[in-house]
Amino acid sequence: MSDAEIPPLPEATPAAKPVPESRSEFLVTSAPHLAAGVSTRRVMFEVVLAMVPLFVFAVYMHHARAVVLTAATLAGCLLTEVLANAIRGRSQASLSDGSAVVTGVILAFSLPPSLPPYMAFIGGVVAIALAKAVFGGLGQNLFNPAMVGRAFLMVCFPAAMVTWAVPVPLQEIGVDATTMATPLYAAARNEAIPAMSDLFVGTVGGSLGETSALLALIGGLYLVMRRIADWRQPLGVLAAVAIFAAIAHRVNPAEYEGPLFHLSSGALMFGAFFIATDYVGAPITPRGRLIFGFGVGVLVMVIRVFGAYPEGVMFAILIMNALTPLIERWTTPVPFGGHVAAA
Amino acid sequence: MADGNGSNFDQFAAGVFSNNPVLVQLLGMCPTLAVTNSVENALVMGAAVTFVVVMSNLITSLLRNLIQPHVRILIFTLTIATFVTIADMALRAYMFDVSKKLGAFVPLIIVNCIIICRAEVVAIKCSVSRSLADAFGMGLGFTMALTILGIVREILGAGTLLKQPVLPAAFVENGHNWVIMILPPGAFLTLGVVVGVVNHLRSRKATGGVA
Repeated sequence: MSDAEIPPLPEATPAAKPVPESRSEFLVTSAPHLAAGVSTRRVMFEVVLAMVPLFVFAVYMHHARAVVLTAATLAGCLLTEVLANAIRGRSQASLSDGSAVVTGVILAFSLPPSLPPYMAFIGGVVAIALAKAVFGGLGQNLFNPAMVGRAFLMVCFPAAMVTWAVPVPLQEIGVDATTMATPLYAAARNEAIPAMSDLFVGTVGGSLGETSALLALIGGLYLVMRRIADWRQPLGVLAAVAIFAAIAHRVNPAEYEGPLFHLSSGALMFGAFFIATDYVGAPITPRGRLIFGFGVGVLVMVIRVFGAYPEGVMFAILIMNALTPLIERWTTPVPFGGHVAAA
Repeated sequence: MADGNGSNFDQFAAGVFSNNPVLVQLLGMCPTLAVTNSVENALVMGAAVTFVVVMSNLITSLLRNLIQPHVRILIFTLTIATFVTIADMALRAYMFDVSKKLGAFVPLIIVNCIIICRAEVVAIKCSVSRSLADAFGMGLGFTMALTILGIVREILGAGTLLKQPVLPAAFVENGHNWVIMILPPGAFLTLGVVVGVVNHLRSRKATGGVA
């Protein structure tokens, strides 16, 4: 049979808007696939959109500091991204996918408001350079870049990273106190904790953009409903924290706060919806994502209840990032016909 | 690197630059990471290792025609252990504070693979002068690498250089020093960056300046 007799393959039907961005060179098609039009840039835009209410709230709570700190981490992240691309001789296309922006904003939200801006800048540089660029860029990193940046700052500047400024609306006229204990720190030392309503709305001391469980929940639910974030990690985190806290509270109510306190304090809600749902650091299997979330929740509670640090979201996420390859191996679906002999 | 080729000076220079034991061969990581939180520790550690590698190469090279191949590792180890003990005791006698800071890492020079590697690769088959040139090169290369790490870590971590303040006092008092640099992660981060720069320079050299 000569070549001429083979009917020409139908060309891949170009859908109305088939190829996200300029990735056409990767397009290998056979069956008519649907192009959902979900690009990295689009995902990152939605994430930033979901964080806008938190940013507005941060500005309300900390005025100019919120803007300066966020600008500093963003500058650190974006400049490092440009530099890393230049060193590797790559195009600057990765700038426009917005992943560095998301890293910068998440990092800024997790920092104490009174942190000197240059330290926040260093955090941004470290986040992109050491957690992302050296591994090969977006999608190759083992650990969540924002959390690596924060961990670096935590070890590097321990004093500045645990100094919590009193939010502007809470400052009392005539009182000179400029710092205060966060609710988790107070709880760890069995001091008085704020009212549950303040805790949930976020009008308490703490990190720049993480104090409001309410707004994090709203933004997070938006992402879940838009199918940008998977519901499995947040559910796993919240369930694990609630169960753990309920048991601890039951055992000793005087010593351990209840589930509602733990769910609405610290970075928990923000971490569950915005950090644990990071595509790169979490497993790709659905069951794996549930396990990942549950592991984060358990570790957060272990650190909060038994650890030296009052808050554990950062370490919990980094530890579970490290376990992600293992979880993926456990939860890889068995193909029809059973396992193939180990390759 | 050309073992046995080129002049003695080439052998010496290779140890310092193109075949640097720490930055190129990545040997002796244990002291490199553990004792470089200050320049003083790095210099003393470098001096101790240089002394041991020079003496070990000298003795091994002198004995090279008498050593039976199957017992050579034993001879190397005994030679090295002897001079490490001498170095350790000398440090304790004359530099007690530094000796305490270096702790177990001075006795651990015995198992430093740089030294046994030089005995096996060079001293057992080369003349005394060639072995000495190699030992001085390796010792200097090791000291240089440790000192680079020590300078970066001490300035950023404590704001001092050889215990002399180089940054304003407010730098440390207000908590602006990079505490991480004094701690073990700082050693890994600094080493990684320095090795990265060295690899970049080597690849530029290999490709004729086109990186």
